[in-house]
Amino acid sequence: MNFMGYKRPDGKVGARNYTAIIPSVTCANDVANAICHQVQGTITYQHHQGCCQLPPDLDRVTDTLISLALSPNICNALICSLGCEGTDYERMVKEIAASGKHVEIIHIQELGGVSKAIQQGTDIARRLIIEASGLQREPVDISNVIMSIKCGASDTTSGMASNCVIGYIADKLVDLGATVIFGETTEFIGGEHLLARRGINEEVSKKVYEIVEKMETRAKSLGCDMRKGQPTPGNIAGGLSSIEEKSLGAIVKSGTKPIQGVLEYPEHVTNQKGLWIKDTPGREPEILTGMAATGAQCMMFSTGRGAPQGFPSMPVIKICGNPNTYERMSEDMDLNAGLIIKGEKTIEQVGEEAFAKLLRVLSGEMTKNEAIRYFSAIDIHVLGPVI
Amino acid sequence: MELKLALKVSNLDNVATIFANDIKDGDKVEIRDKKGQSETVTVKGNVPYGHKIATKDIHVGEDINKYGEEIGIATKEIVKGEYVHVQNLDSKRGRGDWKEAK
Repeated sequence: MNFMGYKRPDGKVGARNYTAIIPSVTCANDVANAICHQVQGTITYQHHQGCCQLPPDLDRVTDTLISLALSPNICNALICSLGCEGTDYERMVKEIAASGKHVEIIHIQELGGVSKAIQQGTDIARRLIIEASGLQREPVDISNVIMSIKCGASDTTSGMASNCVIGYIADKLVDLGATVIFGETTEFIGGEHLLARRGINEEVSKKVYEIVEKMETRAKSLGCDMRKGQPTPGNIAGGLSSIEEKSLGAIVKSGTKPIQGVLEYPEHVTNQKGLWIKDTPGREPEILTGMAATGAQCMMFSTGRGAPQGFPSMPVIKICGNPNTYERMSEDMDLNAGLIIKGEKTIEQVGEEAFAKLLRVLSGEMTKNEAIRYFSAIDIHVLGPVI
Repeated sequence: MELKLALKVSNLDNVATIFANDIKDGDKVEIRDKKGQSETVTVKGNVPYGHKIATKDIHVGEDINKYGEEIGIATKEIVKGEYVHVQNLDSKRGRGDWKEAK
């Protein structure tokens, strides 16, 4: 089974072909954004990190930005540096170039300010996108797919309809030799024993418990009930009474296959196949960034209450489990799994529809959030304080 | 008139989820499990779309189960058919407010 993708020098295959304009620090955001607005075919990551953070977090931000550029949906990249940031922009250039991708860098302070940096950056980005735009899609085997999965703005339909559909696709992709990544460690709380049982060995099972315990300890650190933070007020209004109930519905989307291992937040997939966990929080800007950094070409995103957002360089397919929500928000939802709740379609039927959609999106068809560029809210998940 | 359904996911569950709009106190619903077995109960409380009712009496401190797994404990006496949500179900996890959590 094939899809049409862009072959990259490191052997990966992209479903999109962007020039990434990457601010190495939040203080370079406006320059990157201005260049992105000027030059078509480019995307930018408007994050809020990269300075006045503890060294492990600065490494984490540097690594995540490198992984984003290494994503197969990115053809080449321009780093926008301020010049005095805490992230390691030299390492960014070095590691991105080592993958065979064309990468350039500008420094706002060195170039004499914002307007000069925008001018220089625009000229570079124009050259980069012209270079990228000449590439053609080629048929490639489905085993090249790295699919990320997520549920957001969930309600009780998520665990009984849309997440079941994603689980169906996850199993199918694993059987076809592809890679599937799921995360949202917070939403393992109460269901971690079920995931740990699926670890391929003792080490993986232990790691599942370990990341959940760390996340729960952080959630408890302010001395309050985590309810309202997780589940959110919207989850609660949607019938989810506790984090345990939310988690048990959330993990359904991982399907039934063995879990190969746990990836750290900034890590990207090299040649891992099968089903993997990435240790991430549940909030959209941070998990979507983490999943794109994994190298996922695409995300299947399940929702019950109606989450509209996507990600700049990774198409996000919205699959809605709640028939009432689908009726109200069909313009933002790519697929209707509410028909399962209504008894009009089976999980398998919607699963096959969703799989066909996934193949089309991988081959170039836009998702609903992608078409209207609803994807600016992104961020990098850090562990320590801003100081 | 056809009764609205309350779906029970596992045999171990003591709650069922109602996917119907405007279920009011005193309405009758049909609890159905995966094997197709069903039972009619009277709902106690107004139950919004996608929310749960008890499939049996649940005592204070007893586990509440869905998907065959614990989703919390009862903080009040709950009778069969009663609306189960945050007003009578407490989470056991992420409880920074509990000294001896879990």
